[in-house]
Amino acid sequence: MAKADIEIPEMREYPVIPILKPDAMKGDGPFVAKADFQTVLGYPGELVDNWETKAVEKLGDLLSCFRSLRVYLDSCVHCGACTDKCHYMLGTSDPKNMPVARQDLLRQVYRRYHTLPGKFFGKMGWQWGLDLIGAKEMDKAVLDDWYNYYHQCSQCRRCSVFCPYGIDTADISMAAREIMASIGKGQKYCNEIIGKVYRIGNNLGLPEPALRDTLEGLEEDIEADTGVAVRLPIDEKGAEVLLITPSADFFAEPHVDGLMGYAKVFHEAGISWTLSSYASEGANFGMFIGSYENMRKISLRIRKAALDLGVKRIVFGECGHAWRVAYSFLNTLAGPFDFLDPKYPVPQHICEITYGLIQEGKLNFDKSRNDDMVLTFHDSCNVARASRMGNVPGGQFIIPREVIKAACNHFYDMDADTIHDQTFCCGGGGGLLTDDLMDLRVKGALPRMQALKNVVEEHGVTHMAAICAICKSQFTKVLPYYGFNMDKIVSVHQLISNALILTGQEEG
Amino acid sequence: MWFLTGFYALFFYFAIIVLVAGVGYKIYEYARTPAPLKVPTMPAPLTRGGVVLRILSEVVLFRSLFRSNKWIWLFGWMFHFALLLVLLRHLRYFIDPVWGWVALIQPFGKYAAFAMVIGLIGLLVRRFTVERIRYISTPSDYLILVLLLVIGMSGMMMSFVVHTDIIQLKAFFLGAMSFNWQLIPSDPILLLHLTTVFLLMIVFPYSKLLHAPGIFFSPSRNQVDNSREKRHLAPWAAELEKAEAK
Ligand code: HEM
Ligand code: SF4
Ligand code: SF4
Repeated sequence: MAKADIEIPEMREYPVIPILKPDAMKGDGPFVAKADFQTVLGYPGELVDNWETKAVEKLGDLLSCFRSLRVYLDSCVHCGACTDKCHYMLGTSDPKNMPVARQDLLRQVYRRYHTLPGKFFGKMGWQWGLDLIGAKEMDKAVLDDWYNYYHQCSQCRRCSVFCPYGIDTADISMAAREIMASIGKGQKYCNEIIGKVYRIGNNLGLPEPALRDTLEGLEEDIEADTGVAVRLPIDEKGAEVLLITPSADFFAEPHVDGLMGYAKVFHEAGISWTLSSYASEGANFGMFIGSYENMRKISLRIRKAALDLGVKRIVFGECGHAWRVAYSFLNTLAGPFDFLDPKYPVPQHICEITYGLIQEGKLNFDKSRNDDMVLTFHDSCNVARASRMGNVPGGQFIIPREVIKAACNHFYDMDADTIHDQTFCCGGGGGLLTDDLMDLRVKGALPRMQALKNVVEEHGVTHMAAICAICKSQFTKVLPYYGFNMDKIVSVHQLISNALILTGQEEG
Repeated sequence: MWFLTGFYALFFYFAIIVLVAGVGYKIYEYARTPAPLKVPTMPAPLTRGGVVLRILSEVVLFRSLFRSNKWIWLFGWMFHFALLLVLLRHLRYFIDPVWGWVALIQPFGKYAAFAMVIGLIGLLVRRFTVERIRYISTPSDYLILVLLLVIGMSGMMMSFVVHTDIIQLKAFFLGAMSFNWQLIPSDPILLLHLTTVFLLMIVFPYSKLLHAPGIFFSPSRNQVDNSREKRHLAPWAAELEKAEAK
């Protein structure tokens, strides 16, 4: 989509809650997955006959498997506390992007088919009764709304923080997407990517030779830069650490600078490590489509790689939802990891490793090398609200900031209600990082852009650091729409890479 | 008179059965359904004790709601805690002799009714006036508030304006509970009060009032953050693994 087509929301000094514009974002949603992409994931190729009944049945299955869904669909009191908490609502003004309204799209069908009054009124054909309890028949219009609006949720969990019962719209979006895929209406972007992981090993479809090439190139770059031979090994049996990182780290900017940072940290600490060509992907889009089975299948690749390579530890690179799946789900999906070294948590985040080494005084920094930047930090949703680092609650906020501060002289946080567990999504998470959703992505970035603008004006911030591959790609794309430079976004380990003085490195 | 008494006694039994069986079944269903993944909203407590504190802060203080919206919190909290006091005060109609602390809170419970009604009116006005909340409100959202308002106001009428025969009412309830029916006083306001209360009890298990048990079962609030230390596996997921291993 051309830049000119997108109506960019206006930035204001103080964020205001917009006046509702019903149907502002009504549409067909992102591209639908073609048959091939559906079938490799175990879904029907196209919309099945009697999909209405099938969808209702699938919802029933999920209700019996997931307590969250049952409790969340029953408990909402329509109090409205979440209505102004979603960045998509703030950026688009579409009322169906209010978290509770998004939930209600599924809840209306739940009420109709899976509660006693809904069944009763439905059987009697009493429309007034169905209206009274907010129940609706499963039909084409409902499915269209599902497909459109459940793909306008980045599963960021911000609404869940503010709901008195912790109702998590992300969980509901995942369930809805799983239902849609199971009746034959999956999303192209996510399903195509998962297919590539199964076929080739990573989201980007980079085969092993290409990976080796890239890594060699990076080794040369580092050596040219520092005079020190730092290795980026792949498929090396017997290494201590298996590094799992999002495949964007292999070539996208600024991701790749982060990868060089990890390599330097391992090198300097004398920790032997390796990547795996079989599990060359940290991301796990199985979560975005709400599929336990696919999420598990992708996770099991990591287990297999760790066993095959005989490593002792698993470490994850900078990626938000990958870290959620790793931290919160990996043990469940692919554990137990009793074959790894019990001295270390499984898995660890690269920031935990770097932070630990900083604490031990094992890394030497020349902070002035980052003096051309004044930094702020974007908490990625999945790290902030769905995982942890270190051993205290909230470590996920402290550790990345400490890592940044160890490598930089100038750091300022954005407003308190836009960071930590109240952080705003970049606008591209949850399987929405696709060009066919560009309009939504630009609008959804508004609250973050506003907060960024404030620190730019108040403190002269020049760069924003992030620890998520999706955030980095999304910001690179949308920053220009808001009049910022696209290289304003940097990897946390890029800062480390800049400032770390390797043993034997010529000063210069 | 006996017709009225019989009707209300049966209505009372019916409401109690629906409430207890309905909510009981829901709780059974929540408890039986596994939460297969660790999904606490972070930062989350690292221990069971921490989780108990977290849930308590939500139930007693409405902590998350406080963070998100001070007006809703103010009216909501006022309504709920007044409701709690009022309910406790009502115990005296169902027990004999009346326990000491129930006697002690009588005056508080009596005046809490005002706070309850003010809270409800605040919540109702907000539904009409705030565009976003008007958008999400369904007829049942208004009706429940109106039902509670009718309950509260008819109750206050009896406390402060037209008193009913409390002694006889207590005889009715104690009688109904021991299956030895006694006449019910026939004041219209009392009958309105009882009708609306029984209706509320009946809709409880089939409406959003399920938030009361729901809050204790919400995985985003009641899980311990220990996924790296302890493997969390749902029974159906374990089956899945076993089936694959074969
Ligand atoms: C464990 C006990 C309970 C807790 C923690 C709880 C908590 C809450 C919270 C946090 C809200 C949202 C804020 C608000 O709108 O007031 C709410 C709403 C509500 N609660 Fe409760 N509640 C409990 C029990 C009850 C009971 C027993 C009733 C009624 C008989 C009740 C009736 C309502 C109603 C009607 C609303 C919606 C108010 C509106 O329309 O905005 N709650 N509750
Ligand atoms: S999870 Fe995030 S994107 Fe989805 S409704 Fe909630 S706030 Fe919006
Ligand atoms: S905050 Fe929670 S209970 Fe209130 S409307 Fe939103 S989802 Fe429903």
